Amino acid sequence: MKIEDKFRQLKKNNEKALIAYVCAGDPSVDATREYVHALVKGGADIVELGLPFSDPVADGPTIQAASDRALEAGMNPDIYFELAASIKDPVPLVCMTYYNLIFRRGVEKFVKDCAASGISGIIVPDLPIEEAEDMLKACKTHDVDMIFMVTPVTDKGRMQKIFSKGSGFIYIVSRLGVTGARDDVAESTKEVLAKVNTSLPKAVGFGISGGKQAAQVIAAGADAVIVGSAFVNIISSQNNVERRLEELAREIKFGFGIQ
Amino acid sequence: MQKSRYGRFGGQFVPEVLMPALNELEEGYERYKQDTKFLRELNYYLSEFAGRSTPLYHARNLSKKYGTKIYLKREDLVHGGAHKLNNTIGQALLAKYMGKKRLIAETGAGQHGTATAMAGANLGFDTVVYMGAKDVERQKMNVYRMQLMGTKVYPVRSGSMTLKDAINEALRDWVSNVQNTHYLIGSVVGPHPYPMIVRDFQSVIGKEVKQQIMEKEGRLPDSIVACAGGGSNAMGIFHPFIADTDVKLFPVEAGGCGIQVKGRTAMHSASLGAGEEGILQGARTLILQDKYGQILESTSVSAGLDYSGVGPELAYLADIGRIKPDSVNDQEALDAFHELCRLEGIIPALESSHALAYVRKMADSGELGDLVVVCLSGRGDKDLETVVKLKGVTCEGKI
Ligand SMILES: Cc1ncc(COP(=O)(O)O)c(C=O)c1O
Repeated sequence: MKIEDKFRQLKKNNEKALIAYVCAGDPSVDATREYVHALVKGGADIVELGLPFSDPVADGPTIQAASDRALEAGMNPDIYFELAASIKDPVPLVCMTYYNLIFRRGVEKFVKDCAASGISGIIVPDLPIEEAEDMLKACKTHDVDMIFMVTPVTDKGRMQKIFSKGSGFIYIVSRLGVTGARDDVAESTKEVLAKVNTSLPKAVGFGISGGKQAAQVIAAGADAVIVGSAFVNIISSQNNVERRLEELAREIKFGFGIQ
Repeated sequence: MQKSRYGRFGGQFVPEVLMPALNELEEGYERYKQDTKFLRELNYYLSEFAGRSTPLYHARNLSKKYGTKIYLKREDLVHGGAHKLNNTIGQALLAKYMGKKRLIAETGAGQHGTATAMAGANLGFDTVVYMGAKDVERQKMNVYRMQLMGTKVYPVRSGSMTLKDAINEALRDWVSNVQNTHYLIGSVVGPHPYPMIVRDFQSVIGKEVKQQIMEKEGRLPDSIVACAGGGSNAMGIFHPFIADTDVKLFPVEAGGCGIQVKGRTAMHSASLGAGEEGILQGARTLILQDKYGQILESTSVSAGLDYSGVGPELAYLADIGRIKPDSVNDQEALDAFHELCRLEGIIPALESSHALAYVRKMADSGELGDLVVVCLSGRGDKDLETVVKLKGVTCEGKI
């Protein structure tokens, strides 16, 4: 499913989106398939499927540990694309990974494999727009969205450049720092949201862990929240994982309305 | 060629949140590198605090043994015991001019961390150093040294618990504190403008050599040999000679326990010699990786060379054939270490011992010519525990 279509559908129903991150292959391929299903059942609208990298500099300890577990269990790009192709839940899939894995496979081939396995968008946290020409070209060829990030320190000029190159949605990093679950909503979230002037859907991520925070972010004007570490924490506990993933997804998605 | 590139190498592969900081750093550097007040102050610190210039020492006994005239550039005599302070004092001063209050750094052997601690204490910064937990073990004395100078040392327990992981952790800190913090990278690695800035600050080594060798010999050397981990002492001594194409330049990497891969670990650290193109920690360069692009852990008896990547400019210079990389293994480095101790009464760092080992290995080939300069990048006091523990046995049980 295309990301654009998903947001159009949500808009028609007056809904906001929950984007859920899991690390592919943590702790196994089959488990990931089940987790994605549980998240979608709970209300996730888009699933970000992390392709683990050995040196994930933009991630905090939670996702680094998940990446290590997945790599240890044998995850690699070949298996990743098979996994993506086997996911039948009716939501857009987004690939999140680091640039070396893409570069190594060949930018063109990587994006082609994404398209062929039903992935609609790609996020590469260590690829700023200045270095993204090859990716943008390949994404255009294969009709895959290239999703870029903006942060509290991105100035207006850069933002405009990013908005003009990105598609799918804009990933708003709500605070300085790496991924990881936190309890509060950063003041900076509201400030960045106010600065983001684009027709693309605005998705806020980094540090959102529960329904209350998510609701605050939505109230501040976001079209979507991205939740990663909070789900990954549940997975790492290996305790009632599917039920708890579904419940947390539901709490967040349902929480949008209430506040 | 784009300014941020060396051929196809280099670039800025970093999270968006760091782009403003890199731009600010580049602007700051371009501005102050021609500012007479900044330069005067930098020269003051280099001479009065770091103890420059360092001697270009004619190693008579070594020369006699190998039948070629060998000079040692004595970076081991720089304050702190290695070339690292040339860079840290430069960057710390730059950070001060740019109004930063806090310094963070990664360290492998602890030499860069120590040099950062020195510059940080002297120039009044809050200083934090990230160090792989494995390196904290191997280099305890350097940890104490840093702490004595008021630096907080955080052991990094992720990944291979060495330099690469310390860099990752420092990057994470920087991402979180980018407004008041300068990330003081210790080698010619990372995103632009770091490889350029570190090279420029380390070029004082090569500039001095050029002048000193002309005074002593009336000509340029036939070859220059330097060890290469990230590559800062090598770029520093090579850079002023790049245009002198008659001078052969040899970066020597850590061959560890052999040029082979075992599981997710390379048994060596020879990125120039055995690495492949990829993107690591902000730059396109040569790296040790598996077929999917996962970074391999590296191996070396010397913590300062134990790194899975190498500076992009070295990758470029190797690619165009201007420098000729090679490697020596742990045992060869140790043998050279002992030899210099006995022949010259100088205890070299295990890193620098790799450069010395290369001279031993190549002396008979004629490759090096009649006049050789070796960069003695640091002193070996920090390595005594390692050397004593090994008792001459380096790779047993590893391969
Ligand atoms: C004495 C010495 N030489 C060399 C190195 C390697 O670094 P580079 O290749 O950047 O000179 C180190 C690193 O810690 C060192 O301490």
